[in-house]
Amino acid sequence: MTTATMDAGTPDGAAHVMHLIAQDKNKEAFKVLFQHYAPRVKGYMLKLGTENSLADELAQETLLMVWRKAEQFDRSKASPSTWIFTIARNLRIDAFRKLNRPELDPEDPALVPPAEEAADDRIDRIERADIVASALKELNPEQVEVVRMSFYQDKSHSVIAEELGVPLGTVKSRLRLAFGRIRKILGDELE
Amino acid sequence: MNIQHHLMDETLMAYAAGDLDQATSYLVATHLALCPTCRASADLADDIGGGLIEDVEPVVMDSVSFGNVLERLDAPGSTAELPRAAHVGDNPILPEPLRSIVGGDVDAIKWRRIGPGVHQMRFDDIDGTSSIRLLKIAAGSSVLEHGHNGEELTMVLTGGFDDGDQSFTRGDIEIADQDTVHQPVAMQGEDCICLAMTTGPLKFFDIFGKVAQPFFRI
Repeated sequence: MTTATMDAGTPDGAAHVMHLIAQDKNKEAFKVLFQHYAPRVKGYMLKLGTENSLADELAQETLLMVWRKAEQFDRSKASPSTWIFTIARNLRIDAFRKLNRPELDPEDPALVPPAEEAADDRIDRIERADIVASALKELNPEQVEVVRMSFYQDKSHSVIAEELGVPLGTVKSRLRLAFGRIRKILGDELE
Repeated sequence: MNIQHHLMDETLMAYAAGDLDQATSYLVATHLALCPTCRASADLADDIGGGLIEDVEPVVMDSVSFGNVLERLDAPGSTAELPRAAHVGDNPILPEPLRSIVGGDVDAIKWRRIGPGVHQMRFDDIDGTSSIRLLKIAAGSSVLEHGHNGEELTMVLTGGFDDGDQSFTRGDIEIADQDTVHQPVAMQGEDCICLAMTTGPLKFFDIFGKVAQPFFRI
């Protein structure tokens, strides 16, 4: 496959590009992935108030980490955009804190496995992420606002409440409703 | 084991967004290890982040950036894996990431007595606006009745406790706030170990609590 036919702009295309990177350490594929995701990760870092050169650097580090961890990418566990988002988020947190972001260990013997296959495990993670991305467009403006402030501005619920001039409980309930709506849309798609 | 009391969706969203401070993140991540239901919700919250990153306005990279990364591709480098506590057998009681900050399983917890039947271990290296501690309440004992200046999330790790007409066992989370005054009582039979996160100091009504508070920073 040549660069011309690689496309990281669709979920399946990005998953294929990830596969080429993991299997063959394919640098052409990495370039395609970089061109799609690095400017988005940089945009995300800038929205979070990171200064320009650091935002660029964190975007570089994110894509470098994607290359190094490519073999861990598992399309049955996360879509490429979700996976890259989590790497970018963690690098940003780790850059500003003395301890890394606390996360569970998937290999931990203390981890409690699901009792049975959850309904939303039956569909491909890529399809699932696609449904979630379109569900975001169906939220009402008040819900979109708090979701964006939470993800893009690194603001705690109480700071969001202060800035919007609404009670803390309102921010929490808007987030909860937004989440419930996305979960419902996902559930409906699965039926 | 069947978890009855879960984290709120908005807390899982804040964890996915990276908005939670370090202390609260430890409590959330430790609960996720024990709770497949919340783990599925946390995955969904990550998908929201993934959807937003596709949607964000792309900002052109500096002209040298790709070249810089390309040069580093073949060099060995860190994958920033979290340090984990040494292997502790097949059946640890404390899940990760809690085990790593304790430095081992329950037998590695450095308890300090703070009252009759109650011990705690603080984690002072963890920054944030909130703080976390492990608490051990002897079977059948209770903590002093208290109120809250802020939010309190308490997750059970061993044993269990009753609070009013509700019961909490391994993995369950009790959520209390400014409006809650309570006195959890450990169930009989086994000491109750909990991980507690507070965003502000507790409010005690009893003279012992008031005297002990500044010493134990509770």
